[in-house]
Amino acid sequence: MSEITNKDIEYIANLSRIKVTDSEKEKFASDLKQIVDYVGKLNELDDELNQKGINPTLHAWEGKGTLLRPDESKESINRTAILKQAPNANKDFFSVNKIIE
Amino acid sequence: MKLYEKTACELINDIKTKKITSMELVQSIFNRIDTVEDKVKGFAHIDKEFAFKKAKEIDERIAQDQSVGRLAGIPIAVKDNMCIKDRPTTCASKILISNQGEPYKPPYNATVVEKLEKEDAVIIGSSNMDEFAMGSSCENSALHSTKNPWDLEYVPGGSSGGAAALVAADEVVFALGSDTGGSIRQPASFCGVSGLKPIYGEVSRYGLIAFASSLDQIGPITKNIQDSALVMDIISGHDPKDSTSIRNEENIYGRYLDFLKNDISGMKIGIPNECFSEGMNPEISNSILNAKKLFKSWGAEIIDVSLPHADYSVAVYYIIATAEASSNLARFDGVQYGLRADNAENLIEMYFNTREQGFGDEVKRRILLGTYVLSSGYYDAYYKKAQKVRTLIKQDYENIFKTQQVDCIIMPTSPTPAFKIGERLDDPLQMYLSDIFTISVNLAGIPGVSIPCGHTESGLPIGMQIITDAVSGTGLEKLFRVAYTFQERTDYHKRKPNL
Repeated sequence: MSEITNKDIEYIANLSRIKVTDSEKEKFASDLKQIVDYVGKLNELDDELNQKGINPTLHAWEGKGTLLRPDESKESINRTAILKQAPNANKDFFSVNKIIE
Repeated sequence: MKLYEKTACELINDIKTKKITSMELVQSIFNRIDTVEDKVKGFAHIDKEFAFKKAKEIDERIAQDQSVGRLAGIPIAVKDNMCIKDRPTTCASKILISNQGEPYKPPYNATVVEKLEKEDAVIIGSSNMDEFAMGSSCENSALHSTKNPWDLEYVPGGSSGGAAALVAADEVVFALGSDTGGSIRQPASFCGVSGLKPIYGEVSRYGLIAFASSLDQIGPITKNIQDSALVMDIISGHDPKDSTSIRNEENIYGRYLDFLKNDISGMKIGIPNECFSEGMNPEISNSILNAKKLFKSWGAEIIDVSLPHADYSVAVYYIIATAEASSNLARFDGVQYGLRADNAENLIEMYFNTREQGFGDEVKRRILLGTYVLSSGYYDAYYKKAQKVRTLIKQDYENIFKTQQVDCIIMPTSPTPAFKIGERLDDPLQMYLSDIFTISVNLAGIPGVSIPCGHTESGLPIGMQIITDAVSGTGLEKLFRVAYTFQERTDYHKRKPNL
């Protein structure tokens, strides 16, 4: 059985850039523990995976090669139209809080 | 029969031969919406003004005998995760709605939207969904929850629950959904309509807001299988903007309607014994056994098959899908679009606060789980192992289709009919298990369709899944042939909810 503590949640929430309150930490720790315990059933297949030397599937079309298109410059979406959807932007850029003091 | 009840294949001729106008059809659809949408709540966003303007324009072109597209004047919806240029596209999430309450309006069309508009379909709105397509009941929408038209106390399924409910309630002629682990097929089965998940890569994902890129696929939700073929003819095809879309090597794009043959004699149909385990809802297994009898009486050979790793598919899926989602959803950080929390002192705090306020609980839970399985020390134990088991699941299907030479597999779409609103909300794992029969199809990249095959005693629809091989020519040909034959010879898909 896996142990997922509030500290683990704190750590992954930090990596995920999601703020969690103390009560949420409790709830997520218990939810994740239940799910991680469930997916632990994959360990039952360890012998089969080793004996058969199974490779991972990263993608449904593995082995068919990646399709690359020719590297040609083309018109892209208009910058003004994109910036219009931003929460905060000036004429040419997205604006955010000051990063360097 | 009322106009709004008709299928796309029936209506396109009525409009082109000037038997009816697009305005009449759109008016009929909006009358229907006015009557039932308050109960169903299947739409995420709706644009009546646009719909009437577009219908008028198409009617004018038809009146002047100008050429029009193949879907001229047909009112439809697309799921709220497909970009419609300059119109609200929110993934049913608060994170794509600004502080001022303005929804994100993409500066470009998804390829599927582009193709539908080129054929003159009238996109009257977008359909409700679980936030970021994460859910099996439509209860995770940040906008509102959608109800099942067959019984308003039940969920419509998810995540394309809005799309399936709108088609079932005759509020649109058809809709597009997306399917990562069953999100087209499961709601189609709960709502008694036809829902197709094509082969991975058959339909471009450009402009589909990504959830799990190695699994996501767009497909049609329709009133019958003929309409599925019609829509596939239009939306499928290689797209240079999506490097995972399949090139037209077998020359099948645009030929789906030719696959509709009312004959299955001599076909080998496999039924996995795993589907009839203990705990299986008896009304569902009886419906599948009834279908089995019918197929046999129509000349098919029924073969026992086995999917020995099917029981591991939910575990594999919740590792792979959440890992991919945790990475895909990193882009929602308050910088480029949608919400930005305004109470932050610095940039990092802005990220934290925006994502806290913008994402719902299920999305946070999956991002956290995905981050966990990818994090240092756990990568091999979870993520890599899940990808290896994904190979075993793929091999199970290869054994059936290649070694046993089976043409198609039939099995239930979902282990239960629609469940009650709120019933599984507090138990994420129980909710995840409702996708047990659909998930392995996404993991293997093969096509599957859910079509109605019965009703429970209480009147809820039951769906049957037809699954074939991923070979782009023959696989889809067989799928359409079996589904079409079933619908030509049964009436389950014609039953309508009492709204």
